[in-house]
Amino acid sequence: MTFTVFAQQVVETLPGGGSNPDTVLARQMQALSLAVHIPIVCFGIAFPAMFLFVEGLHLRTGNPTYKALAKRWSKVALILFAVGVVTGTILSFEFGLLWPEFMATFGEVFGIAFGLEGISFFVEAIFIAIYVYGWDRLSPRAHFLTGVPVVISGFAGSFNVIAVNGWMNNPEGFDVVNGKVVNPQPWDALINTNMWHELIHMYLAGYIVSGFIVAGVYAYAWLRGKRDHYHRTALVVTLAFASLAAPVQVVVGDWAGRTVAEHQPVKLAAFEGLQETQAGAPFTLLGIVEIPKMLSILAYHDPNATVTGLDSVPADDRPPVGIVRVAFQTMVMIGSGLALLGTVFFVTWLRRHRLPRSPWFYRAVMAAGPLAFVALISGWIVTEVGRQPWIVYGYMRTTQAVTSVDYLEIGYAFLIVVYIGLAAAVYWLLRRLTRRPEVT
Amino acid sequence: MLDDVCLGFVLLGITAYAVFGSADFGAGFWDLTAGGARRGARLRGMVQRSMSPVWEANHVWLIFVLVILWTAFPTVFGSIFSTLSIPLFLAAVGIIFRGTAFALRGQAATINEARVLGAVFALSSVLIPFFLGAAIGGVASGRVPVGNATGDLVSSWLNPTSALIGVVGVLSGAYLAAVYLAGDSERAGLPDLVRAFRARALGMGVATGAVALAGLLVLRSDARDLYDGLTSGGGLAMVLVSGAAGVATLALVYRERYGLARFSAAAAVAAIVVGWVLAQSPYVLPPALTLAEAAASDATLSAVVIGVAAGMVILVPSLWWLYRLVLQGRLDQEYEPLDQRFHP
Repeated sequence: MTFTVFAQQVVETLPGGGSNPDTVLARQMQALSLAVHIPIVCFGIAFPAMFLFVEGLHLRTGNPTYKALAKRWSKVALILFAVGVVTGTILSFEFGLLWPEFMATFGEVFGIAFGLEGISFFVEAIFIAIYVYGWDRLSPRAHFLTGVPVVISGFAGSFNVIAVNGWMNNPEGFDVVNGKVVNPQPWDALINTNMWHELIHMYLAGYIVSGFIVAGVYAYAWLRGKRDHYHRTALVVTLAFASLAAPVQVVVGDWAGRTVAEHQPVKLAAFEGLQETQAGAPFTLLGIVEIPKMLSILAYHDPNATVTGLDSVPADDRPPVGIVRVAFQTMVMIGSGLALLGTVFFVTWLRRHRLPRSPWFYRAVMAAGPLAFVALISGWIVTEVGRQPWIVYGYMRTTQAVTSVDYLEIGYAFLIVVYIGLAAAVYWLLRRLTRRPEVT
Repeated sequence: MLDDVCLGFVLLGITAYAVFGSADFGAGFWDLTAGGARRGARLRGMVQRSMSPVWEANHVWLIFVLVILWTAFPTVFGSIFSTLSIPLFLAAVGIIFRGTAFALRGQAATINEARVLGAVFALSSVLIPFFLGAAIGGVASGRVPVGNATGDLVSSWLNPTSALIGVVGVLSGAYLAAVYLAGDSERAGLPDLVRAFRARALGMGVATGAVALAGLLVLRSDARDLYDGLTSGGGLAMVLVSGAAGVATLALVYRERYGLARFSAAAAVAAIVVGWVLAQSPYVLPPALTLAEAAASDATLSAVVIGVAAGMVILVPSLWWLYRLVLQGRLDQEYEPLDQRFHP
């Protein structure tokens, strides 16, 4: 086997760090492709539950407005699903095109998760097609039921992909003997300790991002006087989903932070840029306001807990601090703001049985979609850049995983142009869809 | 044993993709060659209508192949994707263009929008099977050694065998698509389109067969081991099955029996995929890496078998239902020539 099998013993003798130019390019290409795919995944996760809910309202009340809305949303979902299919395909190609050493060495350990993901994806593709093309062709009840597998497979797909990411951050399910990866236990790798909080964090993010983005469209319409039953339903349903998820996300985020503190203390240190290990570590808000002991509280729920600093490992083993820190702060602040906005909606809805009246609420909802998107990407930057310099945490460096093919910059430039075209096309399409009058 | 089962899954995936996926590429081929916006509108309308409900599910077979490959045969995956990075990257970019342009064309508001999106969709539909076929040619002709980009980045896919398999990939997709579209047009009650696709199916069937036969000479000089494998034993048997199924399809299309032709055309393509794998057996990356050497540990292989088997319990009935609804015409949208909605 000319593939070198890397493990920690071998690793320590090799030059590390993220300075290898090919690795930087490969990471940027992968990051770009993920940043395009992940927001679309949010719609795949959450949008089917929303249009299914609205279709359920139609089945209960017989009101045609609900059906028109569910139909419209399902058509948008199908197009976003198509874009998700192709951008997801690029990701699976890139695993091999950019990281062949990673795949060749560890594919047998974590691959099964993708096998199961492939099956979920298959089920999703089959049933979303039946659902969207089956309007008025299947009995109302059968049609509603064909939407259920779409929701379930959306969850199952996230479960499996996140399992791989959790495993990369907290690898288990294999042994290293003489620098070789042996004795893979794929089911242990699949159900790893990092998976649960990452899964729930991402699943809720799907509802928050897609809920607020769609709500933003109808909030804009609301401000321009479109307040009929159709627009009102659309606004209330999307806001309700997003507003339920947003406050819960704060709790899940806390759980995630504590798990990182336990398993990846150096990554946690990068959240704050904490150089030295110390008890009662502070947290610096916006890089200016230092809150004493806050990092210890966040990480361990104990103001005097000792937090591991970056200096606990050699410089070569530390992640880039600046970007992780900014991304973490961005995520936390936006997340808190969205939780607040969701709470405002719910309190008004439950106590007054109506939508808030202030135009500022609707302006805030319009801003919430793009902000949720920024928080989503920031969160992934925290996880993925914070994992550096490792691709398999503690076992394989990103520099050792990368392809030996040169001229990555050509592919990178090409890919940027492709994605700009893709973004323009999708934007054009969504504008077209929002302008077209409703058909009942 | 477990490695054979996993190879069987890869084979199943490649075959299904070569039958269902390449029919969608072939539909793009006919879209591309349909002529001007007005003249080609009826043909394009049929392509749009036939592909819409199924192309996403058909595409997933490719993902299925990739995930089984990287889980059960990780070094094979790493070697192929590094040495053959150029055609695979180009195919991946083509996949973005094709899927997006196809999905968006359904929403086009002017004939010019539909034209541009259609051209992007159709052109990439021809390029993707060529590049994927070229990549297969690199493997089959023994140009992909084990390791991280250890083979030649250019000659591994720019060579006679790759060119041959790339072209056969494009042609056989067009052949399958014409047979399927003729059947769909008949179900839609559009005799002019039935005639149009019937003529295309007959012409493309003959062309594909001729190129494949002539291609044996190319393989004889460029990839002798593959040629020997295809002209003896199991490889030869599959080549003969494929040829017989191809001839049977031509006869069925000629007699306008499109329902049966659907299956015999698929069998012709499937047999050649199986023949290729038999021809290079026991190697997965000829001339050195055998199946047994390439396979992951038993724990992983059995996980794959369990996972796929459990998945198939859900997948097979789901796919069966989807295709049944499609073939019964229950998901059919109203047929309209592609330029119709721009001429109220």
